Amino acid sequence: MSTSTAKIREISGRAVAVRGNDIDTDRIIPARYMKELTFDSLGRYSFQDQRFDAAGKSTDHPFNDPRYQGASVLLVNKNFGCGSSREHAPQALMRWGIRALIGESFAEIFAGNCSAIGVPTLTVGHEEIEQLMKQVEADPATLLHLDLESRTLQAGDSRLSFSLPESQARVLLSGTWDSTATLLEDQKEIRATAARLPYLKDFPYDRSGDQADGDRSGRA
Amino acid sequence: MGKNLLRKVWDLHKVKTLPSGQDQLFIGLHLIHEVTSPQAFAMLAERGLKVLHPERTFATVDHIVPTDDQHRPFKDDLAEQMIRALEGNTEKHDIAFFGLDSGQQGIVHIIGPELGLSQPGMTIACGDSHTSTHGALGAIAIGIGTSQVRDVLATQTLALNPLKVRRIEVCGILRPGVYSKDIILKIIADLGVKGGLGYAYEYGGTAIEALPMEARLTICNMSIEGGARVGYINPDRVTFDYLKGRRFVPKGKDFEKAVEFWKQIASDAEAEYDDRFQLDADTLEPMIAWGINPGQAVGVEQKLPVLKELKEDEREAAELAYAHTHFRPGQPIKGQKIDVAFIGSCTNGRISDLREAARQVKGHEAASHVKALVVPGSKAVAEQAAAEGLPEIFREAGFQWRGAGCSMCLGMNPDVLVGDQICASSSNRNFIGRQGSPKGRTLLMSPAMVAAAAVVGEVTDVRQFFQGGGA
Repeated sequence: MSTSTAKIREISGRAVAVRGNDIDTDRIIPARYMKELTFDSLGRYSFQDQRFDAAGKSTDHPFNDPRYQGASVLLVNKNFGCGSSREHAPQALMRWGIRALIGESFAEIFAGNCSAIGVPTLTVGHEEIEQLMKQVEADPATLLHLDLESRTLQAGDSRLSFSLPESQARVLLSGTWDSTATLLEDQKEIRATAARLPYLKDFPYDRSGDQADGDRSGRA
Repeated sequence: MGKNLLRKVWDLHKVKTLPSGQDQLFIGLHLIHEVTSPQAFAMLAERGLKVLHPERTFATVDHIVPTDDQHRPFKDDLAEQMIRALEGNTEKHDIAFFGLDSGQQGIVHIIGPELGLSQPGMTIACGDSHTSTHGALGAIAIGIGTSQVRDVLATQTLALNPLKVRRIEVCGILRPGVYSKDIILKIIADLGVKGGLGYAYEYGGTAIEALPMEARLTICNMSIEGGARVGYINPDRVTFDYLKGRRFVPKGKDFEKAVEFWKQIASDAEAEYDDRFQLDADTLEPMIAWGINPGQAVGVEQKLPVLKELKEDEREAAELAYAHTHFRPGQPIKGQKIDVAFIGSCTNGRISDLREAARQVKGHEAASHVKALVVPGSKAVAEQAAAEGLPEIFREAGFQWRGAGCSMCLGMNPDVLVGDQICASSSNRNFIGRQGSPKGRTLLMSPAMVAAAAVVGEVTDVRQFFQGGGA
């Protein structure tokens, strides 16, 4: 029934920097590409409107740059992923090839969505991200090695430490980032919690209006 | 020291502490829609899981519905596929679905409160960041991603990090022509779009307490634009009166029991907070978010910021905003010509919003160069508006009157900006490309301000345009 997920301890690969604060999820994937029933084909739409101009011509966005193709670490600045809660944003980045993000800060829902699909959101200070971005821009072949256990990363010859929210670190390291199985473990506790909620036991929803409708609301 | 509402609701719904250190919270109400649920249902099917509490799950369709012609099948085949998937999934799992023919369809954050599904003291989740809206009723309402939609479908619970609470005290009272939209735009401008990271916002004070429920919903709706995933207002008499008699709200003796619980769940008088912020409503003027995030906002009589006057960490975003909008630093925002006027969305698509806008346009006409759109937030709002003769007022003024949906808020349906059009919009986000055109420009403001801008054809101070109303 449950899906066991991989433990994520280390990530290695080249990196790509997308500079700027407050890059919202509409920019990561515009809403018009969300008319899809699955996440499968989203990778190609990552940063679509940043990567192509109105005439469909490629811009100099890093995701278009051949030197960064195959990169697996995304370097960003502050409040990355703000706005819409669309998981389509991390899904698109992951399907483009991103396995981890390093930034100054992340919007909360976005970071949770990343964690839920096994993509860590690591934070470092302003100076550190600037240094990393410069290093990668100077030499796109720079290899990064992230060690979640020791919270350190190696970029070429330089080594620095990063932060990771404790809860995210625990679920990634233990391979329990796909939370459904964990949440289902204690069904008795879930039932006990429901049983004490006044709005479930003492004054539940009034369902008497249900039959009046032509819709399926009567079945609930 | 007393407890705040967030803490009380959290403790009441806590199943246990997870090995990750997160808390597992029971979710009292799960709202779903067509965009963020199909993948979650597919994941359930893959794992052979069922929906644990279908009777606490309610669905509607809003993001992709066309607002001009709502006949099926939709002209857009992708949109048709999405509504069919939701119809199929809700039927299979025995979930109530407020579809286009139900008379109750609408934007998910409009219909939850409208039907009385959203109640004080509940935990509410929905795969949409504007779920914070429902906090206006004294609920803890959380926007989630699709994997979490799967979690709630399968377990009726979520794994959540604890939140800090910032008490936002809005003292004084709103002046005519100034609305709750202006309060929240000002809060976001002052605290910044990242200011709420890690926080729930509790809004209170005399100006908030004086607001009717629909105006409160507007405030909580935009909490997320300030970085706060959760925003709420303590339940009071306004809340109880709003809920009384609504379809799913308990009646008679049960209602009295409910009110007792709702009173207890409100923050204690000496509740503790992790932070406090104060704002004066008396001096507030109509606000306009002019840039590329909702925090880039100025009063209607103000000039757009000059870069060197901004704090260092705001400069880069302002530069980007100027590059996108082609506005000039230091220019007045009043008098800025617009191309499109949009009244609607989960922020401002309620009956009181439409009434206020209609009051502005009555007897006037939209400027000839302006495409003006009024989109009721739900079928029920549309029906009420019709009973009050609002569609005629708008039509006579040259506005298009549409069917219920998210419309021009987000560019997922046929209502989109074209090229670099400038839109005066009552919605919630002015992100680049948000309204469907990568070059489009969005000015966020109250519905009354949008109405005035539509008539004059440029950004206008609604206080001078008409004897404006309050809240």
